Amino acid sequence: MALLEVKDLKTYYYTLSGIVKAVDNVSFSLEKGEVLGIAGESGCGKSTLAWSLLKLVPPPGRIAGGKILVKDNDLTKMSDDEVRSKIRWKTISMIFQGAMNSLHPMYNVGEQLVEALRYHSSGEFDEEAALNKAAELLEDVGLSKDMLRRYPHELSGGQKQRVVIAMSLMADPEIVIADEPTTALDVIVQAQILNLFKKLRKEKDLSMIFITHDLSVIAEVSDKVAIMYAGKIVEYGTSEQVFLNPLHPYTQGLLKSIPKIRSKEKIEWIPGVPPGLANPPPGCRFHPRCPYAMDVCRREEPPMIEVEPGHYVACWLHSKR
Amino acid sequence: MVNGEIILKAKGLKKYFGIRRSISEVLARKPPRYVKAVDGIDFDIRVGEVFCLVGESGCGKTTTGRMIARLLPPTEGSLLYKPTRETLNKIPPGYADKDGYVDLSRKLPKKLDKLLRQEIQIVFQDPFGSLNPRMTVYNILKEPLIVHNIGSTESERREIIYRALTEVKLTPPEQFFERYPHMLSGGQRQRVAIARAMILRPTLVVADEPVSMLDVSIRAEILQLMLDMQKGRNLSYVFITHDLAVANYLCSRIAVMYLGKIVEIGPTDLVINNPMHPYTKALIAAVPEPDPKNRFKIREVPIKGEVPSAANIPPGCRFHPRCPYAMDVCRREEPPMIEVEPGHYVACWLHSKH
Ligand SMILES: Nc1ncnc2c1ncn2[C@@H]1O[C@H](COP(=O)(O)OP(=O)(O)OP(=O)(O)O)[C@@H](O)[C@H]1O
Ligand SMILES: Nc1ncnc2c1ncn2[C@@H]1O[C@H](COP(=O)(O)OP(=O)(O)OP(=O)(O)O)[C@@H](O)[C@H]1O
Ligand code: SF4
Ligand code: SF4
Ligand SMILES: [Mg+2]
Ligand SMILES: [Mg+2]
Repeated sequence: MALLEVKDLKTYYYTLSGIVKAVDNVSFSLEKGEVLGIAGESGCGKSTLAWSLLKLVPPPGRIAGGKILVKDNDLTKMSDDEVRSKIRWKTISMIFQGAMNSLHPMYNVGEQLVEALRYHSSGEFDEEAALNKAAELLEDVGLSKDMLRRYPHELSGGQKQRVVIAMSLMADPEIVIADEPTTALDVIVQAQILNLFKKLRKEKDLSMIFITHDLSVIAEVSDKVAIMYAGKIVEYGTSEQVFLNPLHPYTQGLLKSIPKIRSKEKIEWIPGVPPGLANPPPGCRFHPRCPYAMDVCRREEPPMIEVEPGHYVACWLHSKR
Repeated sequence: MVNGEIILKAKGLKKYFGIRRSISEVLARKPPRYVKAVDGIDFDIRVGEVFCLVGESGCGKTTTGRMIARLLPPTEGSLLYKPTRETLNKIPPGYADKDGYVDLSRKLPKKLDKLLRQEIQIVFQDPFGSLNPRMTVYNILKEPLIVHNIGSTESERREIIYRALTEVKLTPPEQFFERYPHMLSGGQRQRVAIARAMILRPTLVVADEPVSMLDVSIRAEILQLMLDMQKGRNLSYVFITHDLAVANYLCSRIAVMYLGKIVEIGPTDLVINNPMHPYTKALIAAVPEPDPKNRFKIREVPIKGEVPSAANIPPGCRFHPRCPYAMDVCRREEPPMIEVEPGHYVACWLHSKH
């Protein structure tokens, strides 16, 4: 069985002006040692999906259906306390979007690394072991032990991001979720951080979920890719399948819109903008922007089907009605 | 003006920002300290080209752009700009040199200042912050027309606004007239910002990261729009970006900045395919590409650490603490800019004699 299996997950925000279906019937699985990339544009529900996997969805949001199976446990059925003490940090840890900018200014790096572990532990806590662990991890992420006594304002952006990565590893998790971990970084620092993820993954046999809007970054790390659009996964497969043989018109459009450094290939764009999730278009949510939209697309939601082993797409072009 | 003619020449351009000193520093009569945001750069921009400034955060791109758009006065150096013939005819004697260039870094008389402000426009990165939230699209576009006395009647102005919106593909324009910025998507807002810059028929437009805040799927359309705007006009762009792939796609020439200096400059193809400066090489090597094979290899980025603070610039070649090839001379002396192949310049001791 997969290490993590998500089935028909729904996470909705129950706002005064209506229900925002930020994650709507999402399914995927993650094997031991595998990196899954989740790509999609701003507002498509990537962070909400990540929060759901740790049961940290902020109100007025909550998980409205589906299963999150982690080693025989269904997280959706566990109490928040149980998830906090058993799963969070130890089995699944998370690098939150923008986390490097929310390090506490008044505590030094060592204190913050130790605190993260303390908060997620139940029962006795060995302070010294935690500090040793912190020192060890700082070296793993390419920082020196001296960093333990430094404060966030004394660190560069890249160093802060390394600290945040070290923090996510404090309790030896099996799965790390990284939400836009390189987005605010310069390209050289980004490359260094991506190299670090590649190294950690190998050394620690980590499984990862890597979330970003940048498909090029996804390609640098992911074995499998899920493309999200308006709260749904529209295509899912191995990196080779999705990048070299994209089947969903949205994936195809996204890939054509990326300028490349080693060619002047003409780039294209997808007309229109992604829909709001309080009131998404009926049928296929992509139909108002899709060059191939047919009648059925406007009426009926396309089912997710497997077109070749492991390669899934939700589009009427690829399934029979 | 003809294509290829130089429209703007920067020479020894500098911008220093003072750093506030602590009381103890003042009492101890410590000398004032500066952030050397732009520290002596030279470049030419030709009519009809897209000239790119690239580099990492804090290297001085925006500061350079703001000096060109005259939102910031340079600390030192000159910015020679060639106005259109119509403007030249209206200039009081003594402000243009014999070749018709006006130094933008000087204090200029009000009338000339206004004429130049019409010719040089800027588009900002943040489409959310750059438009007045309390003004309708119609009024946002009307404002520059009023300031520059364009159009004598309301219906004439309406016509100009109508055309400007059509040009940036916000159609039908009437549907956008009465909207406020919050009623537009990010891409639509950036189109309004572009329309506002273009409505004055500028000859030089500074575009500071105009697509970085937009979603990938809509970026290409804005870039194409900017290229389309050049057709049938003598329009030059200074395009500022941290994204080398975008620069490669769009620009005719690229200047790579590092800590307030241009380290390499030349035609895009030469700079991208035959980079000479160790920093440019590292930048290009670091760009991720949408190729799934990449996950199996470590991307070699042959430089160490991160950019130091612009308040504390290393002596000699300012890149030397991170450079894998640093030699003795690099730590002592600043490398001169030399031409390594036609039009391709680099400032690095590896490429010049010492
Ligand atoms: N607290 C909330 N209340 C109501 N709606 C919310 C809330 N948080 C997020 N949403 C909505 O849910 C949708 C998904 O948001 P989410 O932050 O998960 O997207 P994202 O893909 O992570 O975007 P980004 O790339 O900008 O980080 C959006 O439409 C957003 O407006
Ligand atoms: N008004 C100011 N006062 C003091 N320092 C400033 C000011 N404006 C910019 N700086 C500093 O000058 C340097 C160059 O900044 P600038 O904004 O030009 O960089 P940039 O290349 O545009 O960076 P980014 O890619 O982050 O936009 C930075 O170190 C910045 O902190
Ligand atoms: S289902 Fe129809 S509208 Fe949706 S992506 Fe496929 S062809 Fe386009
Ligand atoms: S001048 Fe020296 S330190 Fe600077 S880039 Fe060239 S080799 Fe490196
Ligand atoms: Mg997010
Ligand atoms: Mg800037």
